[in-house]
Amino acid sequence: MKQKAGWPAIVFLAPALIVYTAFSAWPLLATLRLGLYATDDAGHVAFAGLANFHKLLFDEHWWGAFRNAMVNNVEFFAIHTLVQNPVALLLAALLSLRGVRGAPAYRTVLFLPTLLSVVIIGFAWQLILSPLWGVTEKLMGLVGLADHFGPWLGQEDTALPTIALISVWQFVGVPLMLIYAALIAIPEEVVEAAQVEGAGPWRIFWRIRLPLILPTLGLVNILTFVGNFNAFDLVYAVKGALAGPNFASDLLGTLFYRTFFGYQSEVGSATMGAALATLMFFVILAGVGLYFFVIQRRLQRVAG
Amino acid sequence: MNSLLRTTTLAAAALACAVPALAGTLTIESWRTDDKTLWDTVLLPAFTKTHPGITVKFVATAPPEYNSVVAARLASGSAGDLVTCRPFDVSLDLYKKGHLEKLNGNPALNNFPDSAKVAWQSDDGKDTYCVPMASVIHGFFYNKKIFGELGLKPPATEADLFALLDKVKASGKYVPMALGTADQWDTSQVVFTGIGPNYWRGEEGRKALISGKAKFTDPQFLGVWQTMAKFPPYLSKGYQAQTYGDSQTLFASGKAAVFPAGSWDIQFFQKETGLDFGAFPPPVRKAGDPCYISDHTDIGMGINTASKNKADAKVFLDWIASKEFADLYTNKVTGFFSLSKFGIQVQNPVAQQMVGWRTQCKSTIRLNAQIMSRGEPSMENELWNVNSQVLNGKMTPQQAAERIQGGFDKWYHPSGAN
Amino acid sequence: MTTPARIGAIGRTALVHLTLGGYCLLVLGPILLVILNSFKTRAGIFDAPLALPTHDTLSVAGYARVLGDAAMGRMFLNSFVVTGLSLALILLLGAMAAWALTEYRFFGNRLLALFLAFGIMVPIRLGSVAILQEMVALDLVNTLTALVLVYIAQGLPLAVMILSEFVAQVPQELKDAARCDGVGEFRIFFQVVLPLIRPAVATVAVFTMVPIWNDLWFPLILAPSEQTQTVTLGVQQFVGQFATDWNAVLAALSLAVLPILVLYAVFSRQLIRGITAGAVK
Repeated sequence: MKQKAGWPAIVFLAPALIVYTAFSAWPLLATLRLGLYATDDAGHVAFAGLANFHKLLFDEHWWGAFRNAMVNNVEFFAIHTLVQNPVALLLAALLSLRGVRGAPAYRTVLFLPTLLSVVIIGFAWQLILSPLWGVTEKLMGLVGLADHFGPWLGQEDTALPTIALISVWQFVGVPLMLIYAALIAIPEEVVEAAQVEGAGPWRIFWRIRLPLILPTLGLVNILTFVGNFNAFDLVYAVKGALAGPNFASDLLGTLFYRTFFGYQSEVGSATMGAALATLMFFVILAGVGLYFFVIQRRLQRVAG
Repeated sequence: MNSLLRTTTLAAAALACAVPALAGTLTIESWRTDDKTLWDTVLLPAFTKTHPGITVKFVATAPPEYNSVVAARLASGSAGDLVTCRPFDVSLDLYKKGHLEKLNGNPALNNFPDSAKVAWQSDDGKDTYCVPMASVIHGFFYNKKIFGELGLKPPATEADLFALLDKVKASGKYVPMALGTADQWDTSQVVFTGIGPNYWRGEEGRKALISGKAKFTDPQFLGVWQTMAKFPPYLSKGYQAQTYGDSQTLFASGKAAVFPAGSWDIQFFQKETGLDFGAFPPPVRKAGDPCYISDHTDIGMGINTASKNKADAKVFLDWIASKEFADLYTNKVTGFFSLSKFGIQVQNPVAQQMVGWRTQCKSTIRLNAQIMSRGEPSMENELWNVNSQVLNGKMTPQQAAERIQGGFDKWYHPSGAN
Repeated sequence: MTTPARIGAIGRTALVHLTLGGYCLLVLGPILLVILNSFKTRAGIFDAPLALPTHDTLSVAGYARVLGDAAMGRMFLNSFVVTGLSLALILLLGAMAAWALTEYRFFGNRLLALFLAFGIMVPIRLGSVAILQEMVALDLVNTLTALVLVYIAQGLPLAVMILSEFVAQVPQELKDAARCDGVGEFRIFFQVVLPLIRPAVATVAVFTMVPIWNDLWFPLILAPSEQTQTVTLGVQQFVGQFATDWNAVLAALSLAVLPILVLYAVFSRQLIRGITAGAVK
């Protein structure tokens, strides 16, 4: 039962709210507001209502870029959901088994990629995948698959999946940590009771542990979704803001960066950028909202 | 010498009027992280020697972030006093937004030809907002050892170029051309605008596009893409994922015969590996054709209108326009050639070779630098895209030409005379 | 244990270690490649990237350049201060806010929680120019304070969201008992609730500190001066316009991983200790 709020509540809440509002919420709103304005050639900004949004959605050039970035982002998210999260689940499940020796060491190693700067990751993987320096080709040759090697980062149909997989490699640690924490928080008695009844490890996992961590899995999914739709750093580090080849690796984040800050000779437009950011925000909001009201509720009902 | 006297007098006058309380500090914003050591150890000490009392700091921001960061800093008032200017529209935009001081009437500007100043002037040519510093020249580097071994010499015509590339390929030992498409900019800014001027006759072609008299689908432009489409067989396997850094390393390690290059690369190859290399200009189409080179106005410097020390900043700019700086910059920052009218003796042999092309060939700037990249879609980004795709074999030359012209037509309406 | 069961148990253990170990190889491979190559000359890096540094290619030039750079020490210090301070404040303010939002009933409670949650969905980078203008107005440009404030604002939404989940699970009996004993709200929070949510705090710490430590953007626009540069920003110096000084970049980044690795080791131990202690209870 919730306690009635007194002045302690204010003291607890105020600092966080103040800092957040001053340095995050207000600047964001101020920038998003720009989406309702337009910049003309002389740099003058004037109120333009929904003109920017109209352009984004109906101008052939802008819509093409936006749609391309959206589709890429969905693909990016799909790969993370299908690869990153199941792998994290598997690793966390194995790690959380009782009596696994060296668990702390494994934990540290498995989380390492998440600690790395994007520059290191970009360099390392570009070197590994480079056709010139032959690392991957040689390794594939060891198992007789050398013919299947290609300059994946440079080809339109494989660039995005490759970068997505590098991103998976980088971020597996996050869902891993979350799921692991949830798994080891399951009280021993529950598991022991099932073991006494003669259930094997598989059944224990599927029937007991998995249902209990469904809320965490839901959280992981949402974080993945938001993280993916805001993704920018890795593509920027590996492919630059132009997200080649031929925009095959362009995500909403890189499209926004180019639009807002400009790129090379293309001068940035804060107003168009803000409009794009607003659209991105609504996309994410829609996704999160949908997820919450459709899936998360059901998950919580099952878990509870 | 007259100008030197004038410059010194101006400097002395400025110093005399300088407000002592400001203690004369200046901060320069730049993207040339490569040059920071040079600025700190050579260039700035030279300035301080003749201008004691003014301390200058050189702040370098990595090139990919420079434009956006400086724009953000200028917009919020936290940028340095002096801003290194990108040519044409990027700086024009900053000027229009009121961030760069007007330099009209500054006598130091007379040290530069009009062709240099145009990169940092308003469209009507009336206002100048940055002092030109240097240009870069495009061409090809070649590995002298490989050429010697295979009995090759620098090509004069395109046929010669392809013949020698064939010979290198036939030998099976080296990569004929070190070029990749992963970074995209090199396919456009080095290759396309490097070999192109011989096709569109330099300034003539560029101006014709602006005036609307020519189109990208005309043979003199289409031909460039058709030639580029012939390059892939001479590139390394998997060149689609080859970055500019990879290409540099490939050439530096002696594994490639030819490297499409800009003069800025001279420093890299000489510093790192002691590679024996020379340079040749983009070959002409037929023997006897006049030659054209891409001599691109690349870097300038302007004053932040929000600077608290404009007096000293002006003194510094005058020094930038001086012969002393022109000499120092050209010879220390190898591969960047002063845009000033002073005749500077270039010491580095390869740089000397490249700057010598100015006398044999007509200079032009990069094709789309002026005006053409202003609209939506930005032609610069479009060119990067189509040039990479043509080299990747994903787009035919005809499609490339149509796409660029189509994008251009969407927003550009030639107003006739420039 | 009967023999088949024993074999089964051993087999299972082997499978577990095979899987975990296999994935560890995938993780360590690229990292070792980076570290290995940070000890080679540039030619050595690209001529034979998989090879160990040989007599010819061994070069500590990258490390020499990085460690000899007097500024590096200051940069590490800056990174430490900014990350440490931001983290501490995110955790404290976040926990307090999570407690306030879940424990107390007041008008707009739900709305405030939603307001905070929005921060997760929109990248703070969007507001860069406005933030910079604020800092200029507050005269905080080129100070570490500016960075700390922005990172707190950036990290709070996720922290509050995760911590709220865990705070909500604190048993009601404990709180009621304490209140019955006349314990004040503040003491309840600091002495009863906070220790119980230690694992959550450690979790939030772990993946809040990484984006702060590795962030390039805000140090670049808010605090790029030499006094206030962070390690990540400093490393960008070695990124030239056309030719990157890869030895130095790799060396600097390899070095930069160490502190955060240590921090991670510390926090993850806290996390696990906290969880197992809670579970046994």
